[in-house]
Parts: sequence; structure tokens; C-alpha cells
Amino acid sequence: MIGVVSYLVFFATTASILAIAVLGLNLQWGNTGLFNGGVVAFFGAGAYGTLILGGMPQGAHLGGFALFYPLALLGGMALAGLMAWIVGLLTLRLRHDYLAIATFGVAVAFENLVRNAEWLAGGAKGVRGFERPLRAMLGDGFLYNLCFLAVVLLALVATYLFLERLVASPFGRLLRAIREDEEAAQSLGKSPAGVRLTAFVTGSVILGLSGGLYGTFYAFVSPQDVLPTLTFQIWAMLIVGGSGNNRGAVFGAFLIWGAWTASGWALSRFAPVEAQLYTGSVQFVLIGAVIVGMLLWRPRGLLPERLVVSQRGKTPLAKQGV
Amino acid sequence: MAEAILSTHALSRSFGPLKAVDAVSLNIPRGSITGLIGPNGAGKSTLFNLLTGALKPDAGTVLLDGRDITGDAPNALFAQGIGRTFQIPRPFARMSVLENAMLAPTGQTGETVVGPFLFRSRMRDQERRIRQKALDVLEFVTLAPLADHPAGKISGGQMKLLELARVLMGDPALILLDEPAAGVNPKLTETLIGRIEELNRQGTTFVIIEHDMDFVMRHCEPVIAMAQGSVVFQGTADEAMANPVLLDAYLGATANA
Repeated sequence: MIGVVSYLVFFATTASILAIAVLGLNLQWGNTGLFNGGVVAFFGAGAYGTLILGGMPQGAHLGGFALFYPLALLGGMALAGLMAWIVGLLTLRLRHDYLAIATFGVAVAFENLVRNAEWLAGGAKGVRGFERPLRAMLGDGFLYNLCFLAVVLLALVATYLFLERLVASPFGRLLRAIREDEEAAQSLGKSPAGVRLTAFVTGSVILGLSGGLYGTFYAFVSPQDVLPTLTFQIWAMLIVGGSGNNRGAVFGAFLIWGAWTASGWALSRFAPVEAQLYTGSVQFVLIGAVIVGMLLWRPRGLLPERLVVSQRGKTPLAKQGV
Repeated sequence: MAEAILSTHALSRSFGPLKAVDAVSLNIPRGSITGLIGPNGAGKSTLFNLLTGALKPDAGTVLLDGRDITGDAPNALFAQGIGRTFQIPRPFARMSVLENAMLAPTGQTGETVVGPFLFRSRMRDQERRIRQKALDVLEFVTLAPLADHPAGKISGGQMKLLELARVLMGDPALILLDEPAAGVNPKLTETLIGRIEELNRQGTTFVIIEHDMDFVMRHCEPVIAMAQGSVVFQGTADEAMANPVLLDAYLGATANA
């Protein structure tokens, strides 16, 4: 019994961390129309940043600044944001498909950088020497995982509320206008370049938060954690859940992570032994099929975007609790 | 002739070998409803794009109230009082009609990431004012009943009215309308004309690209005609109608229709 509960805690923690990432991507794609094909680079910047800043001194690679944990996490987010700012300045002039390719390239470059720059990020062996915060007090067992889940859920709820308020504000209105028609928005006095960059950086900071929590959870990060697979999974979560809808983003994260885990379990349980070698590939095919199916038959996702309005015409403002 | 609100000097823009706008010099008199006519491909829309900053000229200057605004970006020009609509309406389709209008005022406190959190009361006051203004403007263009509809789901004519409403949210001194009557049913056209004339009486200057000669003759003064990138005529509507060369060469089809 405790095994099942323990597993559920583990599952919920991972799914919640991924849900935060999906929310970050939703701000970029769902609300602003920015095709970030390099999700994992910003997620990775958050994870590497947090572990390097918060870890114990290491001889093998940079880091071990042993910062107070919240500062390390904020540092990871800042690193992701800084990277997004630089990447954004260079690539945000590009339109959808070109932006997707450019950001995908950034993610591949990031993976190669952390894999090869051993002095920086420990190379293929990854970043070690990170002590999970409050471990001395809570130990390594179920209690720790339960507390960590609470922290992750808190971060998820905070991110959700932040974004819900943001998309219902004049800023959200501005993002949607840029998404719908950039030239028309510019003819109405708006500066699309600045808005796109702001949305890209903000979304990437949220991706960095997700990565930082992920790194904290495993107390370890390596190039295996920043493969394009993860970008692909996070996109699948957003598309299935409902792009442009924050609830859809969270729902999609739990659903797809559930399906991913369940398919892995089912394959290891029921597939012939020879086939089990290919479990990962089969899962990939399944996820790909789900994305294609959704795009064909339900392109707006399970929870489609509602007409988000900053203000309504008919009901008086006071009644909306704005 | 009244003093010019907007004037151009030898304004030119080419696309490859095509001189879309070729050394155009003109004056838009303040307080006028200036009609801009000419056959398809004459360079009218390109001229609009040059005047509103959507395109940069290869040569020449544009002056607004005597200030050089050549090459300024569209957003900067909107802030300086030039509003424009598009030949094919460009609503923000997945936003409500009201939100389309509320977007337009510049310098909103809530338009940054931190604004909605750090300056909540100021933002709320602004939102209340902007919303009221947007409802008034929508009422003015007869779209108030559609305020909560997605802008992508209203008729093409209503979209033209919505574009006018969005522009009006910025209180521009000069409004450029690209074929406001094209594809719009007669009743909505009447509404639109009524609104334009009312705004004009209050001091707003208009430049209107229009193929409907009847519209131009009845409502525009002066009339500017373009052909092959150049201005070929500037004068009153009556003079334009009395100019056989102009009618034959450039407007024959429309005039006979």
C-alpha cells in the first residue's frame, strides 16, 4: 500500500514539475504565438543553474557555490531568462517555422555544450554534489518526498495564478493581439518586438523554474535530461491539453505523463522480451501518434482556449472582481 | 487652400524594377476628407503604407504638422496621431470586439509583465476608463451589441467598422481609410459615411482610398488621382468628374458601372 502511495507521490511530483514547464510554453505559444522548439534548453538552464549555484564545491566542474536553496533556484530561473533574452534578441524576428528551427538548434547546441564542456557542467557524467535542501531535517524517505511534492504543488499553483492574472490583464490582451496579427497591433501603436521578447523571456523563466525543481528532485542533472525528447513531450502535453488554456496545459501534463508512464509499464509487463529493448522507441511512436491524432481531429485540444477577455461589455466591472 | 496636416515631397518606393510610388508630392489639407483614387496597381495602398510607416521610402520625405516623420515606425506614428485601416480587414479574430478596441490606447499601465501586479489600482482605474471609452466608441460605430463577440465572427462590413473604432480609441488627428466601402452592404456604408462626416465636423482629417466614384464625388474634397505610381490629378471632385482624360484612362470602368 505504502508502495502505491509512494509511487503516486513520485508521479504527482514529476507531473507537476512538467505542468509548470507546459504553462511556460503556453505563455509563449498559446498566448503569444511564439514557436519555441527548444523548450529543453531553458528547462536545462534552470536545472544546471540551480544545481551549480546550490551544490557543494566540486573539483571536476564549475560550481559548488552552495547558495541558500531559494537563491539557487532563482539563479537558475534567471539563467534561463538571460539565455532566452539573448536567444530572443537574435531569433525573435523570425516567423513561426523559422523560429522553431532556430530555437531547436539552440537546444541541440545547449545539450552539446553541457555534454562536452566538462569544466562547466561535468560533461556526460552530469552535475553532482547537490544536497537536497532540508535533507538533514526530513531525511531521504517518504516524508521528504511528500514535503517536496507540497513545494512543487505550491510552485505550480503560484505559476498558474500568476499566468491567469497576466492573461486577463492588458498585457494578456497585448499578447493575444500580437499572436493574432502583429502588423495590425503595430498599426495601433504597439511594439511587437518588445512584447514578443518579454513573453519569450517570461515563459523561459517559468521553464527554468520547472527545470530547477526537476534538478532538485533528482539532486542530479546530466545531458540525458536535456534531450529533444523532453521538448517533444512538453509540446505534446500542451497540444493535447489545449493550447491557450492554462487549465488545459496542466491537465495535458498529467494526462500525457500518465499515458507515458502507463505505456512504459504496460510494455515492460506485457510485451515480448525482445520488444522490451525498444520500449522507449515504442513510447515515442505512441506519443507521436497521439499528437498527430489530436491535430487531425481535435486541433484545439481537450480543453480548448476560451475567449479570454480582460473586460466584458455587458456586466459591470464591479461584478467581475477585477 | 487650407494648411496641410500631412505632406510628402518626392516620395518614392520601388519593388525591384517596379516603381510603385514614384516621386509623389502632395498635401493633405487639415480638416479635409481627401479622396485618393486610381486604378488597381496605381500605388495607392503602397502610398498608405509609406505614410503610416508600414513601408520605408527609398527617397523623399513625409511631414506631419511640418515635422519630418519619414521612416518612423507604425507604432510611433499611431502615437503621433495617424490612424489607419486596412484594405482587407485585420481584426484580432480570437479576441472580443470590446478587447479589440480596448487594446488601442497607448501607454497602458497594465501592458507590462509587472504592471498588473505592482500597479493594480492605477491599472484598474485605467481599465474602467478605457472600457467606458471603448463602449462609447463601439456605440458610435453601432457595434456595441456585439461587444462580447469574437471579432473573427462578425461580418466583413462590421470588421471595417471595428477597425475604425480601434483607430478612434487613439484619438488620431488624421485617419487613413483603405477602401472602407468595398464589400460592405449599403446600410453599413451609410453608417460608416455618417460617422466619418461627424468626426470630420469635429476636426478629424481623413484620407480615403475608394473605387466607388459615387462615394468619392459625394463625400471627398479634394480628390487626388494616382496612376502608375504618380499623382496625375489633384483638385476638386467636380474638376475630377469634368476631366475626360482622367475618367477615360483611369476610372472608365468604375464610372460607367
